This record gives sequence, structure tokens and C-alpha cells, in this order.
Amino acid sequence: MKKEKLDAVLYGVLGLVVFLVAWQLLVMLTKVGMLFPSPIEVFQRLISSAQGLVGKHPLVVHLGFSLLRVGIGYLISAVLGILVGLVMARSPMGNAIIRPLFAIIRPIPGITWMPLFILWFGTGWITQLGIIFVAGFSHMVLNTYDGASRTNPKLIGAAQMLGANQTQIFRMVILPSAVPYIFSGLQVSLSSCWMAVLAAEMMSATEGIGWMIVSGQNNGDIQQVLVGIIIISVIGLILANTMRGVESKLCAWSVRGR
Amino acid sequence: MSTNEKTPKVAVSHLTKRFGDLLVLDDISFQVSTGEFLCIVGPTGCGKTTFLNSLTKLYDIDSGEMLVDGEPIDLHKHNVSYIFQEYSTMPWLNIEENIAYGLRIKRLPEDVVRERVDEVIEMVGLSQFRTYYPRQLSASMLQRVVIARAFATKPGLLLMDEPYGQLDLMLKYKLEDELLKLWQKTGTTVIFITHNIEEAVYLSDKIMVLTNKPTKIKTTIDNPLPRPRKVTDPEFVELRNQVTDLIKWW
Amino acid sequence: MCVVGARPVEGREIIRCENVNKKFISSSGVYEVVRDLSLSIRENEFVVLFGPGQCGKTTILNLLAGLEQPSSGRITVADKEVAGPDPSRGMVYQTTDLFPWLTVMGNVEFGPKVQGKPKAERQAIAQRYIELVGLQGFENTYPAKLSGGMQQRVGIARAYSNDPVVILMDEPFGHLDAQTRYMMEEELEKIVAAEKRTVVFVTNNIEEAIYLADRILLLGNCPTHVTREYAVDLPRPRSYVSKEFLDLREAIMQEMEETL
Repeated sequence: MKKEKLDAVLYGVLGLVVFLVAWQLLVMLTKVGMLFPSPIEVFQRLISSAQGLVGKHPLVVHLGFSLLRVGIGYLISAVLGILVGLVMARSPMGNAIIRPLFAIIRPIPGITWMPLFILWFGTGWITQLGIIFVAGFSHMVLNTYDGASRTNPKLIGAAQMLGANQTQIFRMVILPSAVPYIFSGLQVSLSSCWMAVLAAEMMSATEGIGWMIVSGQNNGDIQQVLVGIIIISVIGLILANTMRGVESKLCAWSVRGR
Repeated sequence: MSTNEKTPKVAVSHLTKRFGDLLVLDDISFQVSTGEFLCIVGPTGCGKTTFLNSLTKLYDIDSGEMLVDGEPIDLHKHNVSYIFQEYSTMPWLNIEENIAYGLRIKRLPEDVVRERVDEVIEMVGLSQFRTYYPRQLSASMLQRVVIARAFATKPGLLLMDEPYGQLDLMLKYKLEDELLKLWQKTGTTVIFITHNIEEAVYLSDKIMVLTNKPTKIKTTIDNPLPRPRKVTDPEFVELRNQVTDLIKWW
Repeated sequence: MCVVGARPVEGREIIRCENVNKKFISSSGVYEVVRDLSLSIRENEFVVLFGPGQCGKTTILNLLAGLEQPSSGRITVADKEVAGPDPSRGMVYQTTDLFPWLTVMGNVEFGPKVQGKPKAERQAIAQRYIELVGLQGFENTYPAKLSGGMQQRVGIARAYSNDPVVILMDEPFGHLDAQTRYMMEEELEKIVAAEKRTVVFVTNNIEEAIYLADRILLLGNCPTHVTREYAVDLPRPRSYVSKEFLDLREAIMQEMEETL
């Protein structure tokens, strides 16, 4: 078993190395280099951006802005999403009212609201947070609702037989059995919030990783664009893995969490 | 009912299997004669399923040899069929098509497929359900479909892993009798793994008793009881007690 | 009702069903599951409801539990009409009814907890029943880490934790392998001997029925009711292969064969 895991990592690294070498060779040996910097150049640029300024701020500050926006927008969408999801699961009437609305709103990609938000709120924080919120919210609601409404009826029966009242059943059976679903909602919603912040920054910010990429595009600075893309990928990976780690700690009992 | 003089259908020698450092199967050797019904019993968690999976090459074995008809086992060539506890029918095929499935995989001519399907579907008494889909049938009927599918291929060797473990008791008895009928009719060699000692005594020509992990063969007992057997016969009870004493852990 | 070897009446009547009917109405029509069921169970009696698969055994148990309401007829437990689930009746299911996010302790103390018992008291109660079922040392283990037999022990301890008058068991050993089932049957017999309760036990396994029961109620096909009853007077612990055991087994199987 351990050997297989090691093998998988090894092959993964191998794939990456082959990709980078191929890229490097392609740039060195063909005319692609006129359009595209080599991985070594991009890496050097990453180091120098980390030390110097990109626009008005150092790289870290740009990243900080992006993370702050995601953090706030995500938190709001998660808290409200869980609440609305639980209300839907708890009250059939709430569900009847809210669900059709979601059916209509859900197919609309978050970014679509951007022009509207910009018209209403300008290009500031409200618009950015709004887009992030929209991106995360529906995932949270629907996952929470799913989890809470799919509680194994036998568990509810068992709790009833042990004398639990409706409130206790909700608190001690429905809620905990929804936790793994809520967590998968938190995961999906975090990655979609992270994508949304970049889109929001591309269109309506003066700092952040998204802005960095767009400004690279405007200045024809391909290296800066690629540096931004690499950061997006790495941060996205870190966020997803952190969430998974937290989940496996908190949902040790569930098959999903194991 | 003695089948001991026939040529060995299966000959396993020094079968050993490890998971990492853990020895699971320890130097297992035995033979099964052609047409014999071997039941394998052992204490709960003794590695019976690992044993079967090694036989069918689902797991690589670490050492040892498995011969069928004197040659290294080849699942296609020797026409080995298995029946597991789960009813592995294809939900998108109807009963007839499910039974024909294995035959069509073997690319048998369509008229042979028809004929065989007709034959086995009759034997298991599912003729009027030919065009039903698996979800329309009960567990017991599905188990019959699986058995019919296995017998349709005229298997040289049939491996069964506790196929009746979760069934209603009445039904289990009925299906056991059906299985015996099919076995007697076709002369197939059967290796049947079970937790249930009574079932083993009811079905088998020979009972192989396994030990706890690392699994070894504790002993092999001949089952000379005449068929049809009755669970209330004193000889039956005696044999059942004998096997129970060999594996009782509870 | 035909009564074979009916025992002298002893103990007060604790469960009574009178002419109970149960129909389920769905979009595809009315489905009659229980028809004209009458039965009477005495205090501390171990009664097995034995019948073919899907004959409505579980529905009867759910009616006794109060999880379902009869379409007509009357069910009383300890002279009170059953109106809904009540902690005076404990339930043990086949599988998947343990709270997977709670440890063994958390599961067993669930009942006393929702009754509002303080922590020390409810843990003492839970500890007592955990020990009764032989799970000491596993208090902080999650159900997923336990074997099937151990999970069923937790289920039994949890049912006991509310000190119920009646314990209802719905094929609790149906998913266990044959050997583990024998072990659990022996265990259950010991547990019930140590902590007397009225038990209604549903199974489709004839060996299990005869091994455990004071009285077996044979149920007919759907819509079901009691077709026959057998008092089992064999001394305990019983042997699965004694002549009396096997004879009774034959007799019941034959009866079933004929009536179905």
C-alpha cells in the first residue's frame, strides 16, 4: 500500500518535470519563445515580484487583498447559506418558497451579475464581495439542504423511540448527519469563491492577483500573467487541501471524512 | 456418492498469500475431484474470501501453484464461474439477456445461446419472467438468475462465496435444493464457501475446515451421508456437531 | 387461533393488540399489510414474531413502537393506548440505526440525555449497560470501527438505557454471518436473563426463533396476522441440535410450508 502511494507521487512529479522540460525546450528550440517565456524566466520573475513591487504593492499584498476578499465573501455566504439551507430542510413552507427561486438563480454563473453589480455599486468592495457571495451561496444552501433533508429516517425513528422531541431530533440527529454534506458544500463553495474573487478583481479592482493578471495583459507582460496564474493554482490547491484536512478531523465518523 | 477415484479437477499446492508483512494464507494444499462438491468452512474472519480471491487470481499469490485439469488455472480456458453474495445482474438487461450475457461474451452462435438460455431458465423456474428487468424481481429470484447465468456457461468449475448468506431461511433451503439438482444434472465441480455449518453438511461431498488467520487447512472431512439429506437425522447432527467443534469460537 | 401447548397464564398482560388492521395508501393503490391482528404478551415474556420475508413483521413492530398508527383496532402497552413513540419502549433495528457521529458511550447515553438526565447520572447508566453487553473498553469507539456483532450490542445497550418496559427487536442479527449470529443469540439470552424485560423479537430465522423464544407467533403472508402459536418449553440454554429442538423446527417449517 505505502509503495503504491509513493509510486503515485513519483509519477506525479515525473509528469510535472516532463511538462516543464518540454516547455523549456520548446521555448529554447522553436519560435514559441517569441510569444511565451520559458519556465525558468517565469520562475525568476516570480522571485523578483516577491521581492519588489507589482504596480503599487508587493506581491504579498496583492495576494493578501485577494485572500481578504475571499475570506469575507466566503464567510458571509457560508453562514447565510447554512442558515437558509437548514430553514429549508426544517420547514416545508420555507422550502416551497425558496426552492423554486434557487432553481431559477442557480444556472446563472456568478460572474453574470458583475455588470449589474458594477452599475449599482460601482467597482468597489461591495461589488467584489457581492460576486464572491453569489458564487458560494447557492452551493452552501443546496448542500446543507440536501444533508439535512436526507437524514436516514431510521436514525430519526431511533431517536424518537429514545424519547427525543422535535427540537432534539433536529439538534442531535438532523444537524450532525448533515455535517459531511455541509462540509462538501464548504469545499465546493470555497473553490468557486476563489475563482470568483479573481474574476471580480480582473474587472473591478486596483489590486489583488486578478488585477495583476489583467494589468499584465494590458502591458503585454506575459510573465506577470503567468506568475499570477501560478499563484492562483498554488493557493487554490492549498485551500482545497486545508479544507479536506479540517473535514477529516471533524467528520472522523463519516465515510466521506475518512 | 464416492467421487474420490476420479481425476483431480483442481489441485492446489503450497498456496501462500501475504498482505505486506501479514501472512494470510499459509501453505495451503488440496485437491478437488471432477464433479465433487467441496464446501469450505472456517471461523468468522478466517480469510475465506481472500482464499477464493486468490484461487480466482483476483489477488496475486506469493507462492504456490493452482492447477485445473493439470494445467495452470486459466479462467477462460477452464470455464470458471463464480457466484457471490451480491446479485451482480446488469440492471439494464432483462433476465433473458442477463443469462445470455456470459454466453455472448464467449461469442457462442446465437442459436446455441438461445438453446442454453431456454434450458437453464426452465431449470430455475423463471420462464415467465424472461422479459422482466432485475429491479422488478425479488432477491431470491435474482439469486436464481445469477445461478442460471453461471450454469448457462456450462462451467467446468463453479466457485460460490456464501451465495445464500442473507436470504430468508425457507428460500435458502429451496435454493440449496435447486443448486444440488443443477449440480447433479450437469456434473460441474463446485467449491462452495460458507459460514453456515449446517449448509456445508447439507450440500457437500467433502468439507474443508480452515483455521483462523493465518489460514491453514485444519482438516478435511468426507461427507458420506446419502442424499437427499435431512437436517434432523442423527448422522447429520453428528457430522454437524463434529464440524462445529472444529471451528467453534463463540 | 390454534394454540399448541399453551402455557398457564403467568404474569400480567403488558401488550395487547385487538383486531388491528394496517393499510398503506399510496399513489399506486391501497396496500393492506396487517389484517385482524390480535395478540397478547405477558410481562417478561420473550415472544418471537416469526414469518416469511416481507410478510409485514416490521410493520407490526412499528405499530407496537408507535412509529406507525393502526388503520383500525387498538394497541395497548402497559394499559396505555399507544399513540406515538415513547421511551418506555426500546427498539433495536437490523443495522444502520446507530448514530455514526457518536461514540459507543454517546449512543448509549442518548436516551437518558434527551430525558434531561445530568451527565454523571446518564453516563453511569450507559456504563452499566455497556458492561452488560460486554463492550467495556469500547466506550470511545465510533460505530464504524466496530464489527457487526458489536454494533448490535451497542444497539441493545442503547435500547436498555431508557429502562424500557418493552424492548422491540427487528431482525437484529439478520445481517450477521451464521457463526456471529449464534454468538449473539447466546449473548442476548444471557443479557435478557440478567435484566428481565418483555421482548418482542422479529426474525425469519427458525433456529433463532426457537433458541430465544418463550413463545413463537407464526405470521401468515401479507396481509398478515398470527396464524398459529407455539410455546417453547425447552430448558435453557438450548441446543440447536437436540432432538426436541429439531423436531419443533421441522414442525414449524412444515406448518409454514402448508399455510403459505
